[in-house]
Amino acid sequence: MAAFLELNNVSKAFGEGANRVEVLKNINLKIEESEFVAIVGFTGSGKTTLISLIAGLIEPDEGEILLNGKPIKGPGPDRGVVFQNYSLLPWLSVQGNVELAVKKVFPQLNKEEREEHIRKYISMVNLSSALQKRPKVLSGGMRQRVSVARALAMDPQILLLDEPLSALDALTRGSLQVEIERIWSDSKKTVMLITNDVDEGILLADRVIPLTPGPRATLEQVFNIGFSRPRDKALINADPNFKKERNAILSYLHKVGKQRSDQETLNIQLPDLKPQLVNRKLPF
Amino acid sequence: MDSKFIKTIKWLGLGFLEPLINLFQGKETDKNVRLVLRQIIAPVLSVFIFLGVCNFGASYLYNIEKERKIEKTRADQGGAAAEEMERCIDSGEASCKPNSLPSPGDVKEGAKALWADHKKISESKKAFKNKTAKINAQRKASGLEPIKYTGRPSFVDQIKTSLKTVFAGFLLAAFLAIPAGIVLGLSETLRSSLNWIIQILKPVSPVVWLLLVSMVIKTVLANSDSDKSFIISFISVGFCSMWATLVNTTMGVSSVDKDFLNVSKVLRLGVFSNVFKVILPASIPMIFTGLRITLSVSWMVLIAIELLAQSPGLGSFVWEEFQNGASNSNAKIIVAMFVIGFIGFMLDRIMMIIQKLVSFDNN
Repeated sequence: MAAFLELNNVSKAFGEGANRVEVLKNINLKIEESEFVAIVGFTGSGKTTLISLIAGLIEPDEGEILLNGKPIKGPGPDRGVVFQNYSLLPWLSVQGNVELAVKKVFPQLNKEEREEHIRKYISMVNLSSALQKRPKVLSGGMRQRVSVARALAMDPQILLLDEPLSALDALTRGSLQVEIERIWSDSKKTVMLITNDVDEGILLADRVIPLTPGPRATLEQVFNIGFSRPRDKALINADPNFKKERNAILSYLHKVGKQRSDQETLNIQLPDLKPQLVNRKLPF
Repeated sequence: MDSKFIKTIKWLGLGFLEPLINLFQGKETDKNVRLVLRQIIAPVLSVFIFLGVCNFGASYLYNIEKERKIEKTRADQGGAAAEEMERCIDSGEASCKPNSLPSPGDVKEGAKALWADHKKISESKKAFKNKTAKINAQRKASGLEPIKYTGRPSFVDQIKTSLKTVFAGFLLAAFLAIPAGIVLGLSETLRSSLNWIIQILKPVSPVVWLLLVSMVIKTVLANSDSDKSFIISFISVGFCSMWATLVNTTMGVSSVDKDFLNVSKVLRLGVFSNVFKVILPASIPMIFTGLRITLSVSWMVLIAIELLAQSPGLGSFVWEEFQNGASNSNAKIIVAMFVIGFIGFMLDRIMMIIQKLVSFDNN
């Protein structure tokens, strides 16, 4: 049986001619239903490009992306995206932001059912008290929760999280990690998390897949994370297996990073120039 | 309570009063005294200095004009007449006053005269209304037009007419420019195809617009007995001032934050919701900046257009006073100048407050 989400030899490049940069090259990925997969990688390795491809915001140059065996065509509400910078509409309240999504995905609901639905998801992210507030008065963590609630309220088949916690401070990040795991185990949605934090990946995911540094980033090795659920951050942090996994992933990332930078080092002959004083009058 | 009051004051754009209020409450005396000096005393002082400079300039020009008038009388009619003239001028008689830049005192007198004139005219209007009330009721019953007051409009009536014209022009500009701007902002093809025309029409002078509009209106409304000069002037005002809104709306709509567009794309919003739920709210600040410029431009060109279109209003008032050449005409022109400036300032303030009410980013 085909996997739930399948990427076959996906490549994406930006630019033309000499400026052409191949960001992603031959990405192969299979995600099963209800699985939590984390993609970790350095900044600039093409993580956001990968999620934009799956979200349908951009199209791959080569290869195909299949969701439930069908190739994806453009963006759609079957894939809920949580963007790195929250992307809430500042002129709408928390409820309004979620409502925009709910109205579109569930047009058959009447007003009460819709409000009920919205309230359910907002309380799922513990924001019931901020229902009527504008995003501007919320903290970063609260905004990101609204964004998660909006994505969940669409009842998508897969949740795509694009570095959702990277703009938050460490303490908020920790508490949101716990919430993301809880939400995932409650809703049993398929989740693909993009992160630059290896610990976060290990804490949350069933599988951690490092993205090799770009350009021509690709997915090579898969690390299966076997900790039992629900996971407790403190217990896992103390677990020797956690350190082992983390060291394995980090040393792998550094190894491929070093290989890449050795290959990429350019030997440019610098011209032999000396600075020269130009004797001219300034206009003023 | 107090902080709410101060917030309201700030919101109305009267933030400079804040240190004065704090001072009255005895808060941070040293700091607030300094702030009052800078934000209230200094501007008031500069107004006085401005008036002083005007007064000096006016009396300087007055003396030159006076000398010339006496010399001219001496050359034309001899020494005795010249002395008579000098005496007449010094006595302040209106008939032999030299015609030069009015001093602040003259302007004050001019303002008083205008106000008295307004009082007089409104009274005669009232009397007319009382007198014709009965006849008009009869005429109305038999389906005839009521008799209207046809006397000379007062200065305040002129202001009202001008405001009416400017609002009509502004609304026309908004109704044309905002929808057009949205369409142009959404479609790059349309934007580039109309770019040349817009770039060429944008800098055209108000006078030319007026002539163009009157060419069209003359034909279109040839047999209508509507107020042609009003229609011509408000349409010209609209055409002159709509460009700022058009360009700003186009810019605002075409440069909506990519994140917002991504949200719209991911949610697969339809064209209608995309425009009304995402693109328009996101470009409201830009649109309102355009509308503010449009309103101030329409107030500015209005005066010139009224002057040329023979349409009643402040512009024609200024022109008539200039042609009139009575002893206090110049003073009245200066009064009109300040009234025009003050109204323009108030209009801008009102737009600013509306902008704060409707836009998401600065309240």
